[in-house]
Amino acid sequence: MKRLSRYRKHRFASPLALLFALFLIGTTFSVANASSPKASASLSRSAAVDEGRQIFLKGCSSCHGLNAEGGKIAPSLLGVGAASVDFQVGTGRMPMADMSVQAMRKKPLYNPDQVAALANYVASLAPGPGIPGDEIMVYERDGNTAQGGELFRTNCAMCHNFAGQGGALSQGKYAPTVMGADAKTIYEAMITGPQSMPVFSDRIITPAEKLSIIKWIKGAEVEPALGGAALGRVGPVTEGLLVWTFGLGLLIGIAVWLTTKVR
Amino acid sequence: MSTGEKALGSVANYVDERTGAAAWMKKNLNKVFPDHWSFMLGEVTLYSFIILLLSGTFLTFWFDPSQREVLYEGEYQPLNGLKMSAAYASTLHISFDIRGGLLMRQIHHWAALLFMAAMIAHLLRIFFTGAFRKPREFNWIIGVGLVTLGIVEGFLGYSLPDDLLSGTGIRIAEAILQAIPVVGTYLAFFAFGGAFPGEAFIPRIFTVHVLLLPGIFLALITVHLMLVWYQKHTQFPGPGRTEKNVVGYSLMPIYMAKAGGFFFIVFGVTAFLSTVASINPIWLYGPYTPGQISAGSQPDWYMGWLDGLVRMSPPIETHAFGHTISWNILIPGLIVPGILFTGMALYPFIESWLTGDKREHHLLDRPRNVPNRTALGAMSLTFIVVTVINGGNDIIATNFSLTINQIMWASRIGIFVLPPLAFVITKRLCLSLQRADRDLVLHGKESGTLLRLPHGEFVEVHQPLNAHETFALTQHEQKPALVLPTFDDHGVKRPRAMLNKWRTRMSSAVSEQIQKPTPDDMKEIEHH
Repeated sequence: MKRLSRYRKHRFASPLALLFALFLIGTTFSVANASSPKASASLSRSAAVDEGRQIFLKGCSSCHGLNAEGGKIAPSLLGVGAASVDFQVGTGRMPMADMSVQAMRKKPLYNPDQVAALANYVASLAPGPGIPGDEIMVYERDGNTAQGGELFRTNCAMCHNFAGQGGALSQGKYAPTVMGADAKTIYEAMITGPQSMPVFSDRIITPAEKLSIIKWIKGAEVEPALGGAALGRVGPVTEGLLVWTFGLGLLIGIAVWLTTKVR
Repeated sequence: MSTGEKALGSVANYVDERTGAAAWMKKNLNKVFPDHWSFMLGEVTLYSFIILLLSGTFLTFWFDPSQREVLYEGEYQPLNGLKMSAAYASTLHISFDIRGGLLMRQIHHWAALLFMAAMIAHLLRIFFTGAFRKPREFNWIIGVGLVTLGIVEGFLGYSLPDDLLSGTGIRIAEAILQAIPVVGTYLAFFAFGGAFPGEAFIPRIFTVHVLLLPGIFLALITVHLMLVWYQKHTQFPGPGRTEKNVVGYSLMPIYMAKAGGFFFIVFGVTAFLSTVASINPIWLYGPYTPGQISAGSQPDWYMGWLDGLVRMSPPIETHAFGHTISWNILIPGLIVPGILFTGMALYPFIESWLTGDKREHHLLDRPRNVPNRTALGAMSLTFIVVTVINGGNDIIATNFSLTINQIMWASRIGIFVLPPLAFVITKRLCLSLQRADRDLVLHGKESGTLLRLPHGEFVEVHQPLNAHETFALTQHEQKPALVLPTFDDHGVKRPRAMLNKWRTRMSSAVSEQIQKPTPDDMKEIEHH
């Protein structure tokens, strides 16, 4: 004791004691904290939300408002859900390249982690449709192609064309082609109704039917061009163009050749 | 004489003694036809028609023209287990189960598109060269009838498979029928045997498509060709060619070989197209259900102008005495086409009335030498092109980053502005070309050789045209405009003064020309 007390007045004594106390408190807290896993998850979740919030403030808030409440040029994001964020940001539609009538599919600006963080943040503001998990995307197993085709022609073809090639809407808006869109994206589009598209809730098209539609689309994507070049699968316009240019053009060429006099 | 020749001779003699065919054959096999590529457009049309008859017959072996509902359990998996009409199911069956069925379907459809395209190209050739003038006015009217029937026949044909696209077309046809004031609803009920779509329409149009219209076609085409035979083919002017002769090659053997070969070329091109390019992929469209529609639904090209007209018409309806009149369908769907086809059929008579020319014409016009007619043709063509473009406005919008509204408004304005503009520009172009011809005749071709004269001036040496070339550029007749005086020879005021005044004014517009070089001009040039 005497030996110890000798150092009591040492100039390092107080800082060391302070360090020790801090260490003790820190250790005790972390041990106590670790005993509650739920609390830990909520912490990391709130961290992800926080990260999403940071991205949102930098990249989205100028149009959608600091609290995603919307503004003159962009809608409120309260209640749009994680699925909507995943669709819009994950396919590169958001942030928009310019203020044209419609956001187009392009190379995504954010990586998947950032998209997930943004989705978490927006979902934390108000409840909305969530991102469909892998466990429900079993369209290969559960989908019915023929039924999906029937549903597609009834609900989707009026804008996206009979073969999912896309089509024109009014004032320069358009329904994009669904060829090449991944299954999750198509599902999210149906449950969130992006841009001009209506929402197809689970009451209108059940989840099982949605999977059938996706299965039909995926089948149409790889369907070989039966009967020769598909000419864009847009109907008779390209056929008419071909018959006037190649068909009649070639025959007129041959007629000119047949009536050329040998000089 | 070999034994083979002897046997052939005795067979020919046997036939001749009973039919007297030898004299007729001798006369007609030596018939002479003029040679020009544009004279073969009608041949393309005729050969496509033959291809249509052959491939169509093949298709009837398996096509079931019935709207009876069946359950599809066939080769094409994406439609397996769906309910559809027997017409649609049998078309799928032809496409996927019958050997060569899809190829035949595609040959039939490509040949139909080619038939209409060649027919229109043929019509334009006849119009722009003035081949419809006396004595060929009736053949022109038959031709206009064939175009009309061709549009109907094509529409009925692609409506038969009862797929989503064609069902949409039938629905629009029903709407056009219903737009006829007062009786429209009844007519639609009669045509469909009740409410749309019913079960009667496809069986009915099948009979019309494979029996009635082809029969009328065959009859009209026969008369059309017999008239060409009897009135003889027109020819382009040239040295030795007059209104009284035909310069060309004889039917046997030159044209027999040429036409026969050309038939196989047309068949070959059609078959090639059908092999490499898909047409009307009905399995992608799906079976027709009135509750479904596809974006970008279009008719075949020869109906595109009608679709374009309907698409550009503003939504106007009136209600009177318990009847609705849909002007937005009535005008573009019935009134405008009616005016167009009536005007086209009557054009030979209108032109001859304005020029006062009642003589026969067997020599063709160069389009530039008849500026007013050429300009009228360009005007009509511009009108149709604007409507066809608007008919494809949704496809054009998505492919060229335009908006449907822009294209629609452009065509709404363009349909009134562009045709008159095309008329003025074409007429000026024709007159400019006439002026160029005149310069060419008077001063010859530019040789590119520069000559320096002793006093230092540079001139380009011009090469005079030879007699053939000069003839080709100066042979045409330049008829003066009609003059219809207000008073006749006895000093009595003629009746219908207003009409005559108008006719004189139109006639002077029709006969506007650049004076072609006269022999006096030529002599004067020679003195230089």
